[in-house]
Amino acid sequence: MLTTTTLAPPSPALTRSGALARLHDVVVLVRRNLIHIAREPLQLSDVTVQPVLFTLLFVYVFGSGVPIHDGSYKDFAIAGLMLLNLTTSAMGTAVGLISDITTGAIDRFCTLPMWRSAVLVGRSLADLLSSALCIAIVAVTGLAIGWRPDASAGSILAGFAIALLFSYALSWACAALGVVSKGPESAQGVGLIILFPLAIVSNAMVPTAGMPGWLQVIANWNPVSSVTAAVRHLFGNPNPSATISAWPMQHPVLAAVAWSALILAVFAPLAAHLFRQKTTG
Amino acid sequence: MIEADSLTKSFGATKALAGVSFSVPAGSILGMLGPNGAGKTTAVRILTTLAIPDDGQAKVAGHDVVAEAAAVRRSIGVTAQDATIDEALTGRQNLVMVGELSGLKRKAAKSRAAELLTRFDLLEAADRVTKGYSGGMRRRLDLAASLVTRPSVLFLDEPTTGLDPTSRLLMWQVIRGLVSEGTTILLTTQYLEEADELADRIVVIDHGTVIAEGTAAELKRQIGGARLSVTLAEPHPRAVAALTGLVDGDVQVSQDGRRLQAAVRSTSGLGTTVVRALDANGVVVDDVEVRPPSLDDVFFSLTGHGALDLEGETCDLQVLEGVS
Repeated sequence: MLTTTTLAPPSPALTRSGALARLHDVVVLVRRNLIHIAREPLQLSDVTVQPVLFTLLFVYVFGSGVPIHDGSYKDFAIAGLMLLNLTTSAMGTAVGLISDITTGAIDRFCTLPMWRSAVLVGRSLADLLSSALCIAIVAVTGLAIGWRPDASAGSILAGFAIALLFSYALSWACAALGVVSKGPESAQGVGLIILFPLAIVSNAMVPTAGMPGWLQVIANWNPVSSVTAAVRHLFGNPNPSATISAWPMQHPVLAAVAWSALILAVFAPLAAHLFRQKTTG
Repeated sequence: MIEADSLTKSFGATKALAGVSFSVPAGSILGMLGPNGAGKTTAVRILTTLAIPDDGQAKVAGHDVVAEAAAVRRSIGVTAQDATIDEALTGRQNLVMVGELSGLKRKAAKSRAAELLTRFDLLEAADRVTKGYSGGMRRRLDLAASLVTRPSVLFLDEPTTGLDPTSRLLMWQVIRGLVSEGTTILLTTQYLEEADELADRIVVIDHGTVIAEGTAAELKRQIGGARLSVTLAEPHPRAVAALTGLVDGDVQVSQDGRRLQAAVRSTSGLGTTVVRALDANGVVVDDVEVRPPSLDDVFFSLTGHGALDLEGETCDLQVLEGVS
């Protein structure tokens, strides 16, 4: 076999390995996924139209009915709206991944001499970029209707960063969900059942103080509440949760980082493992 | 270039492959023939590192498909049964992406993409999103994608299924061209005609095992010199008995009882003899045909059922007196 010769010209530039090659694969797939987001109206509206719509609806519909002590509902709501949008749009990761698996796009990737996990990393990074666009749109909409942060530029940036860190961690959990789901529709369905309560049973849109006792406990320990409280704190916006004695509400920044790290630590390896299993069945 | 040795693979209770062995010498085409669900795609998935066999082993371009999967991936091109092109990308973007993920620099990937788009007559549609491509264009793009790295071994899983005749002929032309350049090809197909046209050797797979192997001519020789096919005006109980003395082996009868087939030695006056014999038994004949055996006949006599479960009368035929 080794002595046979073929007339085909030798394969060009195919010896590759190491971190640089992996990074290259990731960059290629990030670019590919961004094209997908840009070309699929539904996916794009998740991070463009929906944030504007949610912001206007919540501020003008709920705003009148929710009294916020040291400030306006508007100032209270923007951080929450960022988290609401980030959390619900995280589903896109699950749907996109299982779509790629069911359409056979992943099969093509898996027969190429590339780093297979680049499929997951590339998707998570592309989704991170679209998340950044999403909260930027919430912020711009907020600014247009009178929301004002009251903190140093560094602190405000830290607020954005902490929201995106959480969003990134959540996308790995959704990647794991995507790999095990039966198809895009079922991923969307299951994602909604998990993510919607996660976003709503929190301090994102209303202070938790008005909830029934048992629900308060859940809401106060919900990672979304920690991140929202942390972002409010860093933006210098009203943060009613600061008076709640639950540990995450007393240390929102630390809790937000800890939750994100925990989710990443659990779900990134899990997603990679499940993906490997799925693609070498 | 491709060597499969006793590959087995089960999915739950279903045994997709029950010990499949074959080999494809460098620079040749092996046609893998079998009905839907015979195990063709599973075999291809194992050889292209998309699945791991339960047992047995395989080498592609000298590398073990499990232990040296990465090396295998560097040597192969794959055109899957469902075209795996990216619908949100343009044709060009698809090819550039595959090139880059195969380790080409962006510039090299771009020039290779342009080359392939020209060769596969896709230049005009190159910068359109592939969602709007026709079936034939998709297949061509998919094949182009599998050729980006100039692989020495190519896997084509039913490359012409669902294509119109013109696109199919075009695809055949391309495949012949690749072989003349020295590429080793494993081609799976449900179309006997396709295997007959393209393949140097053929393996016939059914229920996860290889049931025959050889060149198209060898396989045809296995089932005798010619095929007699008789169509009756209406089913008749004595029709089979009337033919039995005139043919080699069994007479196969279609489910509606009107079509009879059998292997025969083609002799002068055979048609007349057949019609007289049937007529003497009171059987009314609509049509008599004596023709060389097709791979369809081979497939039928090997498996007892037709190649395509959905297509035409071959699947309705039943072996009356058992396979000899």
